[in-house]
Amino acid sequence: MRLETESRLCSGCKVCLTICALSHFRENNPKKGALRVESKFPTPGVFQVHVCNQCGACAAVCPVEAIREQGGVFLLDRETCVSCMACVEECPFGVLIVHPSEPVPIKCDNCGECVRYCPREAILDGEGSVKRMGR
Amino acid sequence: MNGYAGNILRVNLTDRTHRILPLPESLVRDFIGGRGFVAKLMWDEIPPGADPLGPENKIIVAPGPLTGAFLPGAGKLEWGAKSPATGGYGDSNIGGHIAPEIKYAGFDAIIIEGQASEPVYLYINDFDIELRCASHLWGQGALQCETTLKAELGEEFQICTIGPAGENKVLFACISHDFGRQAGRTGIAAVMGSKNLKAMAVHGTKAIPLADPAETLEVGKQMFAACFAKPGFEEWTPQGTAGVTNWVNEVGAFPTRNFTSGFFPKYENINGEALVSRIKVTDKACYGCPIPCGKYSRVKKPAYDVYVEGPEYETIALIGGNTEIDNIEDVAYANYIQDELGLDSISGGNVVGFAMECFEKGIIQSDMIGGRILRFGSVDDFVWLSQEIAYRRGIGNILADGVKKASEVFGQGSERFAIQVKGLEWSGYEARHAPAMMLSYMTADVGAHHNRSWAITFDVATGRDKLEGKAKRVTELQHIRPLFDMLCLCRLQWVELGFELEWYPKIFRAVTGQKRSWDELLEFSERVWNLTRCYSLREIPGFGRSADYPPARFMEEPIPDGPTAGKYMPREVIDRLLDEYYAIRGWDQRGIPGAAKLHNVGLEFAEATIAPLRA
Repeated sequence: MRLETESRLCSGCKVCLTICALSHFRENNPKKGALRVESKFPTPGVFQVHVCNQCGACAAVCPVEAIREQGGVFLLDRETCVSCMACVEECPFGVLIVHPSEPVPIKCDNCGECVRYCPREAILDGEGSVKRMGR
Repeated sequence: MNGYAGNILRVNLTDRTHRILPLPESLVRDFIGGRGFVAKLMWDEIPPGADPLGPENKIIVAPGPLTGAFLPGAGKLEWGAKSPATGGYGDSNIGGHIAPEIKYAGFDAIIIEGQASEPVYLYINDFDIELRCASHLWGQGALQCETTLKAELGEEFQICTIGPAGENKVLFACISHDFGRQAGRTGIAAVMGSKNLKAMAVHGTKAIPLADPAETLEVGKQMFAACFAKPGFEEWTPQGTAGVTNWVNEVGAFPTRNFTSGFFPKYENINGEALVSRIKVTDKACYGCPIPCGKYSRVKKPAYDVYVEGPEYETIALIGGNTEIDNIEDVAYANYIQDELGLDSISGGNVVGFAMECFEKGIIQSDMIGGRILRFGSVDDFVWLSQEIAYRRGIGNILADGVKKASEVFGQGSERFAIQVKGLEWSGYEARHAPAMMLSYMTADVGAHHNRSWAITFDVATGRDKLEGKAKRVTELQHIRPLFDMLCLCRLQWVELGFELEWYPKIFRAVTGQKRSWDELLEFSERVWNLTRCYSLREIPGFGRSADYPPARFMEEPIPDGPTAGKYMPREVIDRLLDEYYAIRGWDQRGIPGAAKLHNVGLEFAEATIAPLRA
């Protein structure tokens, strides 16, 4: 699976953020979701969704090799991470998320829950294997 | 207490202090949240007889236990204050994203009291609370002010503002949020204006405590999947509420020409299809909503180029049909003007329509408005009058108090076509042919608003000539819909998709840990319905049955044309509906709750206040 976006379909509901945080942290806190929904209002009146496409730029700059690739997915090892935040700076999409109650950045693990539950199909699997529920 | 942030924020504008207090368990136990908290805190906190625009009035802001949780439509916030429009219980509901943000910041209610000596805004960043200077914001439009604060504070802040109308204490000023969501009704923005409170900006980072996170995730997923599977999920969403415009005209219930008629011949030029094909930019959702009703639009003509969220159905009805503006572009432009001024476009369209009819009848004359004229169908006249109202200039200063008070000034029979109940302007359903919808408007606790009981589909389905069963159904709906406002959820999944009500107790249990059936939850709603009635009885001398009648136009004037031509609802029918309604409610024939009813719904504390009124 590879996350892609169709931002013109996004309505800004933030279901993706809530399900992401609830799935990974067992917390009802969309501020811990590993993606971003940018609202551009009042003009031009559009949303832009930013997701991790597993490009690996974060891993390349990590000084302690805390971000490692497994089967095409870059996973952050919380034990190894030293919270230098170099990956946060480097991420081209701004989707390594910093939260005040988390010691390390929050990174997408490509689980696909946002694809399954985005009501608008604004987040897609570019490889087509994961679809919205009911599709 | 799972589902709750656990704190109340009390802000005193007079001495510029705040306190963070633990959320009382008794408040949760007896009133759940949202509208329940608003009603109980208003009863306890606002001194009887308070001037709605004086420092002793208080603004209560409350999300609910499911606000911000993982389920469809969990983005609603309840605002309450003693209403300057009606003098009684006032609340208004807003969507967008600020309700969850208040929970993430750590609060289940905010109590705003006193009066600032100069313009301020309330800054909430988790537990970092400040009253900040708003002198640079004062005078800005509601949308402009949100843009300014977003630029100053960051996109992550959720912001509510008032426009010039709120600053100038127009009694139908609205609170604006998220570039187009409004808490429009009952004039709470005027209360903000009276307190010199221009805005509220909120950012939070905390989680909402869950009784069972795994179960919340599982039930929430099932609820979203169930929404996706409903036929209306694909069909209803593109037009949102504007989609009902055709049907309302077909059944002759579309407010037209200040509620003279129920059918607007040019409705196809202002309906949902016109919106989607001509002006819509994007669908715009409140938090957690799978069926966004928000239609963000751009209208561009030689005279203007503006972005506006909407128009939604109510605006299409009150600005479109009711003032006979006959094209979607001008309706959207007029919508934008009122949004930026901070006027509720329901009351706003109603008041302007009233003024246009007053001009036609010679009650408002050209020399009273600087030699101008006021014509139905003129967007220029609509815009001009909206500005006069928002800045309380000239005739606008009279109209800024709403149609009831304006008709008392104008006289000459204008009260017959001042379309309101209790001082709140009627919203988007002409009801002379629809007994349940008529009774809904008559008995809604805040005044003539549709959202307590949207009964018109029930009227059409069961027969509009039939009176039997109507009062009973209205009573049921008046418990269901306000329960959504207590949980602070949107009702449109239920209303528009037919989403089953049985889902809500399941997610309520997963989030809060409390096992309650839907019927048990409805008992809380009846408690609050009686409490808001008691509040208005306490505050308004002589309140009761006489406050539950529609304007004379609806009881005496037949609809002249359209599918409901000839229909009106004679006073004896109105009286029969009220008699039945009061009997079902356990209220006496003056509309005062009986002692037994107050006891049965757990409002013994109100009995001492209400008993003398029954004597």
